[in-house]
Amino acid sequence: MRPSRIIPWLAALALAGAAAHADIPKRVVSVNLCTDQLAMLVAGPGQLVSVTPLAANPRTSAMAEEAAAIPVNHARAEEVYLLKPDLVIAGRFTDRATVDMLRRLGIRVEEFAPAYALSDVPDRLTRIGALLGQEARAAELVDRFNAQLAELSSSTQDRPQAALYYANGYTSGDASLAGQILRAAGFDNVATGMGYGAIGALPLELLAMADPDVVVTGNPYPGASRSEAIMDHPVVTALKRGRVTGTVTDRNWVCGTPYVLQAVEDLVALRRAVEAGQ
Amino acid sequence: MTRLMASLSLAVAALFVLSLLVGPASIAPLDSLAGLFGGGDGPVAMVMREIRLPRAILAAMIGASLGLAGAAMQGYLRNPLAEPGLIGVSGSAALGAVIAIQTGLSASFALGLPLMALAGALGGVLLVLALAGPRGGSLVLILAGIAISAMAGALTQLVLNLSQNPFAVNEIVFWMMGSLADRSMTHLWLALPFTLLGWVLLASLGRGLDALTLGEDAAEAMGIHLSRLRLVLILGTACVVGAGTAVAGAIGFVGLVVPHLLRPWVGAQPSRLLWASALGGAAMLLAADLAVRLVLPERDLKLGVLTALVGAPLFLHLIYKTRREMP
Amino acid sequence: MTLLSLRDLSVTLRGRPVFSGVTLNIGAGEMVGLIGPNGAGKTTLMRAALGLLDHDGQSSLAALDPRARAQAVAWMPQAREIAWPVTVEALVTLGRTPHRARRLTEADHHAVDRAIDWMGLSHMRQRTATRLSGGEQARVLIARALAQDTPLVMADEPIAGLDPAHQIATMETFAGLARSGRSVLVSLHDLGLAARHCSRLILLGQGQVMADGTPAKVLTPEMVAQAFGITAYQAETDQGRIFQPLEVLE
Repeated sequence: MRPSRIIPWLAALALAGAAAHADIPKRVVSVNLCTDQLAMLVAGPGQLVSVTPLAANPRTSAMAEEAAAIPVNHARAEEVYLLKPDLVIAGRFTDRATVDMLRRLGIRVEEFAPAYALSDVPDRLTRIGALLGQEARAAELVDRFNAQLAELSSSTQDRPQAALYYANGYTSGDASLAGQILRAAGFDNVATGMGYGAIGALPLELLAMADPDVVVTGNPYPGASRSEAIMDHPVVTALKRGRVTGTVTDRNWVCGTPYVLQAVEDLVALRRAVEAGQ
Repeated sequence: MTRLMASLSLAVAALFVLSLLVGPASIAPLDSLAGLFGGGDGPVAMVMREIRLPRAILAAMIGASLGLAGAAMQGYLRNPLAEPGLIGVSGSAALGAVIAIQTGLSASFALGLPLMALAGALGGVLLVLALAGPRGGSLVLILAGIAISAMAGALTQLVLNLSQNPFAVNEIVFWMMGSLADRSMTHLWLALPFTLLGWVLLASLGRGLDALTLGEDAAEAMGIHLSRLRLVLILGTACVVGAGTAVAGAIGFVGLVVPHLLRPWVGAQPSRLLWASALGGAAMLLAADLAVRLVLPERDLKLGVLTALVGAPLFLHLIYKTRREMP
Repeated sequence: MTLLSLRDLSVTLRGRPVFSGVTLNIGAGEMVGLIGPNGAGKTTLMRAALGLLDHDGQSSLAALDPRARAQAVAWMPQAREIAWPVTVEALVTLGRTPHRARRLTEADHHAVDRAIDWMGLSHMRQRTATRLSGGEQARVLIARALAQDTPLVMADEPIAGLDPAHQIATMETFAGLARSGRSVLVSLHDLGLAARHCSRLILLGQGQVMADGTPAKVLTPEMVAQAFGITAYQAETDQGRIFQPLEVLE
């Protein structure tokens, strides 16, 4: 990956440490990939006691290095309880049974909805900051995020047509984080024109007929899968041939963290390449 | 007889053309044909040649394979319940295919996928024939089928669960129910040689299967090489089921429904049922694949769902009819 | 002319000898009954003679290649199996399997017609074989064997389970075949019918051929007692030979 202007300030901020109040949670456990990263961004030293294994996987997590130093949990009620947390942060789609069980055991569980828009990122940061008693650091992250985003999305006149195309032939419209990233980078999403809001299956035929300037596909996981084989279909190959192509680096696209700016930046570079080619 | 052949061929041809004309992208019929046969590489030509054409050909080819394999196995076992999907041959083929994909064999060696599926199917056929014995009694056949299907299904799930790939687990339903969505010419070329070989093998069985109407002893005394017939049947079935399953997953019941419906029309003669079931199977799978696109175009409905909805009640009816011969 | 020649034929099944040292010849025009108590190995002898079973010794039929053998002998197994609801005509036509080229020839049609006529099945040619009565099915299967048009017909208990009229008719059909110059080897349990319709009997028992010859020579009181453990009333009448089993010997 290209050296970035965005990541360094995040890394500098992460784990820089801030004074802890008496009433703020001292043992926080995160059981979701996205809350893992949000918590790592704002938590004070030792405040975050466990994250999920996905957070330590460089393929799925933008903060794998930071997560490597933190013990992992597998989002099972029993092991989480034994960590004696005073706060558990979970995703909206974390297993209901696990969340209910933890609450029944008297543990405070806060749930985060997934981010569907870039504007969700400051919201999530502010909320995690409040929960962990790290309001100042969260506010700083929010300010820098907004400034950076404004800078990235300024120069957009000619908007090329792009399609997002994932495993199993799924795509996203504008009502999704990926769609918003695409818009912010100055692309028009062909899926939006076809009436796709959030994520949905895009028949290969419709993709071929839409004939977009750019097809942005996912980065295949290790171990083969039939679901991802669709991205090697002759039609997709033909759509990519002779054009600038993009690859979704999933870890920056998955969660509503400031790292989405990296995704936007990569796509802006892609758009410039398209414009240069035309 | 010839009238049956003509009407079946006509049905296959009509469904094939219809299959080319139906899809999520609304393209006028004349434009579709122009895209298919005319030059150029516009989006329409790409849709027709790379998406709809392989799909229609694969539906016809795999349907014919399943019909033929069903008719041949029923003729050999003299039991109308024998069907590659029900007796676990398709499931075993799917296991072979999944192993080929997950071990990376299919990526490093193009024919690895169909060959492993073929090996899986071969294992399934051998196991069924070993368990069912020379005259496949219904009860033993069904029990053997349940056991082999369960085993192959469990191992398939195990392999997919062990995969490092997060999508692999969701693919269990594809391997169990089968689908032709977004298959390409690449898949067709993978499956075609094995399928053609299997067709030739199975089509050669007609006279032997006819003679088996009188039982093994009488057939053998009429000059039929039973051991050779059995070998050809096993290899032929493994070829067609393995190749089909490798690219489209396990599609059940086609080999049950089609021979059963067509048997009265060919005077119940196993040899004539072979080609009739091949044509009928092609028609049935083309129709099923049209239905998944027309009934619920938004959802990725699996082919096996439709074939099972038609086939399972018929299966129950057949069990009811044949239960007298069960102990 | 010898149609079947066995030399020192022995069969061992699962380590136990069924019979050994069977030597016999069957010539043209013979109606041979194969008799013997249950378990004597009648079916085994016939299947071994056909080469359908592993055996020691020689059988002229087993030595032939399958197609040549199928043109030399027609075999009717005991199980009257008709697996699919085919027509009578289609079933009888299966008898032409060993002779057929790709398509049926004039000779094939002729042989089928003759077999159907011989068995009096003309009126049921197009009926479904599996829906016929047991006696009718037996006749259809004999017609199938006749359509094979072989010098020798071997039938395993062809009259078992038939009513008296069908039993007698079947035996007369076979006897008629023998009179026309072909030969028939039938196994059967009804010694009365065997004595009356067969020109020759082979008595299998105690692991060997116990007697071989005309009914009068084979069915002696001593032999009947020794092989079957029964007594019987026998008489040569102007209605033919009468053999009626009477009592079981203690």
